[in-house]
Amino acid sequence: MSGPTLAVVGAAETTQMGVITDTSELQLHADAAFNALADAGLTIKDIDGFATAGERPTDVAHYLGLEPRWVDGTSVGGCSFMIHVRHAAAAIAAGLCTTVLITHAESGKSRVGKARQAFTSALSGQFERPFGVTGPPTMFGLPVLRHMHDTGLTHEQMANVAVVQREWAGMNPRATFRDPITVEDVLGSRMIAYPFHLLECCLVTDGGGALIVTSADRTMDFPTAPVYVLGHGEGVETPMVSQMENFSSSKAFRIAGGDAFASAEITTADVDHLMVYDAFAHLPLYGLEDLGFCGRGEAGDFVWERNTAPGGSLPMNTNGGGLSYMHSGMYGMYAMQESIRQMRGTAPAQIEGAEVSVSLGVGGMFGAAGCVVFSNVAP
Amino acid sequence: MAVEEVSGRGTLYSYLINHTGHPGIASPYSIAVVQLDEGVRMMSNIVNCDQTPEALVIDMSVEVVFEVFSDEITLPFFQPVSDGTAS
Repeated sequence: MSGPTLAVVGAAETTQMGVITDTSELQLHADAAFNALADAGLTIKDIDGFATAGERPTDVAHYLGLEPRWVDGTSVGGCSFMIHVRHAAAAIAAGLCTTVLITHAESGKSRVGKARQAFTSALSGQFERPFGVTGPPTMFGLPVLRHMHDTGLTHEQMANVAVVQREWAGMNPRATFRDPITVEDVLGSRMIAYPFHLLECCLVTDGGGALIVTSADRTMDFPTAPVYVLGHGEGVETPMVSQMENFSSSKAFRIAGGDAFASAEITTADVDHLMVYDAFAHLPLYGLEDLGFCGRGEAGDFVWERNTAPGGSLPMNTNGGGLSYMHSGMYGMYAMQESIRQMRGTAPAQIEGAEVSVSLGVGGMFGAAGCVVFSNVAP
Repeated sequence: MAVEEVSGRGTLYSYLINHTGHPGIASPYSIAVVQLDEGVRMMSNIVNCDQTPEALVIDMSVEVVFEVFSDEITLPFFQPVSDGTAS
């Protein structure tokens, strides 16, 4: 990686998460931002770069009283915040700014003061919407039956993803759902869009999170243990899930993940902890395969054999994930927050000795991806 | 770029069955991807067929059936090929 290496020096989620009926989306941004500033020992005046998605950066910057000299409003779905980290690294290396605040907040459940989002693309509107798609539950899972047919992935294996993540959620006091569940519970829950049952779909909650990143050579100025950004990648494929090139693999995952691993100069063997954005239960399986942790069609067995479960060789989605922890709509921020907690040694389900954590985010329905490699060891 | 005429025949590549309802569509209903014999894929609905995993078999042969909704809107749906011949 060229230029100064990036470090996370502030990271926090909103004070409350779950159902927050008395706080607008902008107020949630502010709550997350001020929590991250307090974590870093900074004030608004120290921030000279700003990025957000969902809301326009103009709106949030004004509300926070920011005067950024660098702004990024890349908004390609829930992975946008991973991409913001990558863009911030480039901006700081280029000398455009020094200290970047990245915020996410969404009143996803209560919809208080919610920003209007252009959710459907013109292409999807023309070629998919006429056939009765109503949003993510009727779009995101579209490739899965093909994947099952071609690779032998079973319904029980997909349900088991939710079961294992609930185990992690049980160790997290902030998780929305914490009671253990079984494969039978998942397959017996209400059908949403076959083959996806309710417990294979993410939560809809309110909350937010914020990060502050700066050049790694400044980390001694901050109170928290630095978390270094070793590498990153981004990619896009299509706004129409029906037009994915390969229904068993996300091209955006492969591009973003490949570039992140290459820029960090790591292989899968170096990864101690993994977060894969799980809007639906199939996504961690695609992520495991597209990042190279498993061969094609092997991820169902890999999770079944408890490799990603507590005590396993590759702890994954250790906050409980979008399926059990929280999901306000653009979950990528929460995946990175958990990676950072793990690297700081402050996670509720802490992985002892973990030194490298990868966060892979998805945007749209396999439309985009962002990937960040974090470490608590200076490069 | 050019417009090319295609046969209207293909196979069921993948699908979901939506149980959450949609105004104007009987639920549950399939949201499908059809692979046309010419190679391209498109979203559609499989009609004239039970909306069940047993009836909706991956790779089964389907053929287009146009449904006219208005003077301006006609949608291409697909139905199982009735004579059973492979497309």
